[in-house]
Amino acid sequence: MVEYKKVLLDPLVENNPIMLQVLGICSALAVTSQMQVAFTMSIALTVVTALSNFSISLVRNIAPSSIRIIIQMTIIASLVIIVDQFLKAYLFDISKVLSVFVGLIITNCIVMGRAEAYAMQNPPIPSLIDGIGNGLGYSLVLMIVAVVREFFGSGSLFGFDILITVNNSGWYVPNGLLLLPPSAFFLIGIMIWIVREVRREQIEPVEFAIQSTAQATASHL
Amino acid sequence: MEHYLGLLITSMFVENMALSFFLGMCTFLAVSKKIETALGLGVAVVVVQSITVPANNLALQYLLDDGALAWLGFPEANLRFLSLITFIGIIAAMVQILEMFLDKYVPVLYNALGVFLPLITVNCAILGGALFMMERSYNFPESVVFGFGSGAGWALAIVAIAGVREKLKYSNVPPALRGLGVTFITAGLMSLGFMSFSGVQL
Repeated sequence: MVEYKKVLLDPLVENNPIMLQVLGICSALAVTSQMQVAFTMSIALTVVTALSNFSISLVRNIAPSSIRIIIQMTIIASLVIIVDQFLKAYLFDISKVLSVFVGLIITNCIVMGRAEAYAMQNPPIPSLIDGIGNGLGYSLVLMIVAVVREFFGSGSLFGFDILITVNNSGWYVPNGLLLLPPSAFFLIGIMIWIVREVRREQIEPVEFAIQSTAQATASHL
Repeated sequence: MEHYLGLLITSMFVENMALSFFLGMCTFLAVSKKIETALGLGVAVVVVQSITVPANNLALQYLLDDGALAWLGFPEANLRFLSLITFIGIIAAMVQILEMFLDKYVPVLYNALGVFLPLITVNCAILGGALFMMERSYNFPESVVFGFGSGAGWALAIVAIAGVREKLKYSNVPPALRGLGVTFITAGLMSLGFMSFSGVQL
């Protein structure tokens, strides 16, 4: 039981797929300007990762390793089709906003990465939990970025107005930059900065150490 | 003719795959340390994109679309829901064929691009291109232009960021921001630059 809890909670903070493994960034950047959309995307990805991990783990012993990528792709693509059809049927407006990004869950590296790294070696139930955990880790980052972008960009959360904007005769002047694509890059860059400041072992090694001026002059004399 | 030129410019700059739709970000950040490798990957993406988008367009028009199977005697069939799995299958097959073809007939090119081709199957820019083509219902010539333009735009973006990153090695970045963090912020600044095209109406 303790083990399951670790498998579930590890990817949330300790080993977050976006922050530390740098997987699945495409959609993390693109769908985060509204919380509602980001939330739908998070659920879709969590469902796909969990179920694909489960099904891939079920067939892991009978699938020949030379065609395993094709098998994984087929399983994942079928699951994504189900999710896509479901969204089109019940949440049509949101599926219009998400447009191609639901389909792009197929090539989201988190799904493939977890299938290859975890589900191929582990039994179905732990794989299912690992899938949920990684999906939630992804969702966590997505929601943080979406909260910042929607709150400061349009003064609302989940579409409910919190800060009344000037256009609606309120006082808040929305920061339009946060609704544009570049802000997502900045926010994730800053989040990585904070995470690495806290967990210093994640810092990348220097490629070119810069000498201090005193040392440099000394060596030239 | 003007229409196609407009589409080419739009797909290359205004709607740049990497910087305004964030497609192919994983490879965009991972393989952009050196200009040379970035250029290799960029060319491979242009080639694969120009082949797969039109190929998927044909598959959509003659197999999947509403009433497309009329020539087989099934005028009511609508297989659009199968498009995701068909597109990814076609992309994987095309990449495989291209790899085998280059290996046999153009070994020079194979040596240059070979390592990048398998990477491309899982690049979301390629699948994204096919999905945009479906969503905007391009016809065949438009899909050829769109495939080439979006691939070239992506290649342009990755070569540009590789150039910035090569210079960035020598700068004194705060330790925790080093590597990935500063790359994100650079990409953000580049994306701001590309936004200046967004007013262009063609």
